[in-house]
Amino acid sequence: MSDAPAHSVAFVRKTEIPAKAPPVAETGVLKWIKENLFSGPFNTIMTILGLLVIYYLLSGLIPWIVNGTWEGADIRECREILQGSGGGCFAVISDRWPQLLFGFQYPDYLRWRPTLAFLLLFLAVPPALFVMFLPRWTLIATAIYPFVAYWLIWGGTILAPLMSAVALIGGYMVFKTVEKGGFVKGLAAGIVSAFLILWIGGFISTAGANVLALEPVESRAMGGFMLNMILGTVCVSLSIPLGILLALGRQSKLPIVKGFCVVFIEFIRGVPLITLLFVANVVLAYFLPPQANFDLIIRVIIMITMFSAAYIAEVIRGGLAALPKGQYEAADSLGLDYPQAMRLIILPQALKISIPGIVNVAVGLFKDTTLVSVISMFDLVGMIRGPILSSTDWVGVYWELWAAACILFFIVCYGISQYSQWLERQLRTDHR
Amino acid sequence: MAALDTNTGGDSSQMKVSDEVAITIKGMNKWYGQFHVLRDIDLTVQRGERIVICGPSGSGKSTLIRCINALEEHQEGSIVVDGVPLSSDLKNIDKIRSEVGMCFQHFNLFPHLTILENCTLAPIWVRKTPKKEAEETAMYFLEKVKIPDQANKYPGQLSGGQQQRVAIARSLCMRPRIMLFDEPTSALDPEMIKEVLDTMIQLAEEGMTMLCVTHEMGFARQVANRVIFMDAGQIVEQNEPESFFLNPQNERTKLFLSQILGH
Repeated sequence: MSDAPAHSVAFVRKTEIPAKAPPVAETGVLKWIKENLFSGPFNTIMTILGLLVIYYLLSGLIPWIVNGTWEGADIRECREILQGSGGGCFAVISDRWPQLLFGFQYPDYLRWRPTLAFLLLFLAVPPALFVMFLPRWTLIATAIYPFVAYWLIWGGTILAPLMSAVALIGGYMVFKTVEKGGFVKGLAAGIVSAFLILWIGGFISTAGANVLALEPVESRAMGGFMLNMILGTVCVSLSIPLGILLALGRQSKLPIVKGFCVVFIEFIRGVPLITLLFVANVVLAYFLPPQANFDLIIRVIIMITMFSAAYIAEVIRGGLAALPKGQYEAADSLGLDYPQAMRLIILPQALKISIPGIVNVAVGLFKDTTLVSVISMFDLVGMIRGPILSSTDWVGVYWELWAAACILFFIVCYGISQYSQWLERQLRTDHR
Repeated sequence: MAALDTNTGGDSSQMKVSDEVAITIKGMNKWYGQFHVLRDIDLTVQRGERIVICGPSGSGKSTLIRCINALEEHQEGSIVVDGVPLSSDLKNIDKIRSEVGMCFQHFNLFPHLTILENCTLAPIWVRKTPKKEAEETAMYFLEKVKIPDQANKYPGQLSGGQQQRVAIARSLCMRPRIMLFDEPTSALDPEMIKEVLDTMIQLAEEGMTMLCVTHEMGFARQVANRVIFMDAGQIVEQNEPESFFLNPQNERTKLFLSQILGH
């Protein structure tokens, strides 16, 4: 307003003010350092203190890593090699690496099978995670994977996982046919027929126990990081759909559905996971008929899944509540029925809002799988705490083992977190 | 209020109204808890008729048109839309909703879908139209509301006026026989009100049956066959626009008109 005369109220602009570039020299490394690290006496002191702390940490950590040894058959050999140089005794990791990964009971000549299953995971997961870039048919790999992985890890006849797949597909087809007469009716018919096929399939797979059979491995033999991965992937992928159903159920107008969901969520959230795991381990056996040989891993999967599903349901409920009522009304006014409105309009938006919360629960769940070590399952933490640290060979080698455990978990959790942030950017549709 | 000049647009008497009945409402009552929002509403809408509903806020005008496509439940009386009586049967309600288009004050576009997807979603899933055909229809209506070039953008990238026009196009893609407008211009800047009103006028000229809750009195004068004034949940006065504005009978109508036009 510099050309506005000071004495007059009336003003008419005759020329447009041209857009100018910002003042120069607002960029550059030195400029940044000066502004952000040494902008005043207080900040300068803080910067120097910060550097000191970093130096102190690194001066301990780097020699530990650099001077460490990866050779030696036990702790005594390790100490001889190190000669008090302050390095880490990483030999324990190279010595017990297979145990850290697979536990100590999984037959070593069969370890290629879980390894193969793990590698196949990289074929099976991308179609689900990158739906927008890969053709839809690749999802077949994701759908087949659980059955293949089960067959590889547990062994036995291929008929067992095959029958489960047939039961699922059959159940789905029945659901699709009956659904036209009502969603709930279809759901009930689908579930009943799936169990029926599963029951009949049980006889078939017992009869054909040698069809394409791999050497069976008991659930008790599962251990190490493999067990964490199995529990983590299975429970995350089961608890998200279950959480969605619980969240929708909690919003339902049907009092029984709503009541069931509320009680379920509130009860599960009000109980520590460890308690549920003890229930899975011991108490559940009292309620089941004695001949029902219910696999421990399945019991644990059910408990962890229910636990995280309750949390995910609440996260998604937050997402649902954040949607303006107008979205529901717009979907209704176009004539979409309830399942369509939920699937096409409400859930895509609610889930997008809920991504950070869901990932939070998923990462937490993955780390909580280590709690199975308290019910004497030998997962990564169970292996370190039990067989490895208590062996006379490696007694007292804490830092190296726990650091290895941290790194393994960190890689997976950081990966999940990065994926979720990428996904959020992908799904952003405003101001692009 | 952006009052439109009555002389410029099409004269409402040129647009024909058929004898066929589109909507019949008889003795309708609605309560929110103890609060009696709609009282003894009787209304018959002919096919091709354009009705503007106005009234002070809280008078039940939005609730009335939201009852017509069952976004709100009514407790007493009957509503028959296009020969289909409104009951609590979900199949019936979905049928009526797919025949009745609705535009909201806040547009309510689906922000996670592109403009084109917003327009094709309902035809594909409700009408089971093949995708290609649905897209052609969508482009036809987007052209009609003059924003075909925005088809692949997301709602968040459009101005309010553009969004409302997309919302109109989205409803039209279902080929509705009746359109409901719930204060379509109240959330818009004055500059954008005109572009939305122009679209609505165009729609009226093509003979669409329309019920509009609006305070755009210029629009009412130019387009409506009938103006309904509501207060306290009742229809207080209804008349042809000319007589309604020049010669209101009820005291409350007079007061309302003097407040809305008197500055």
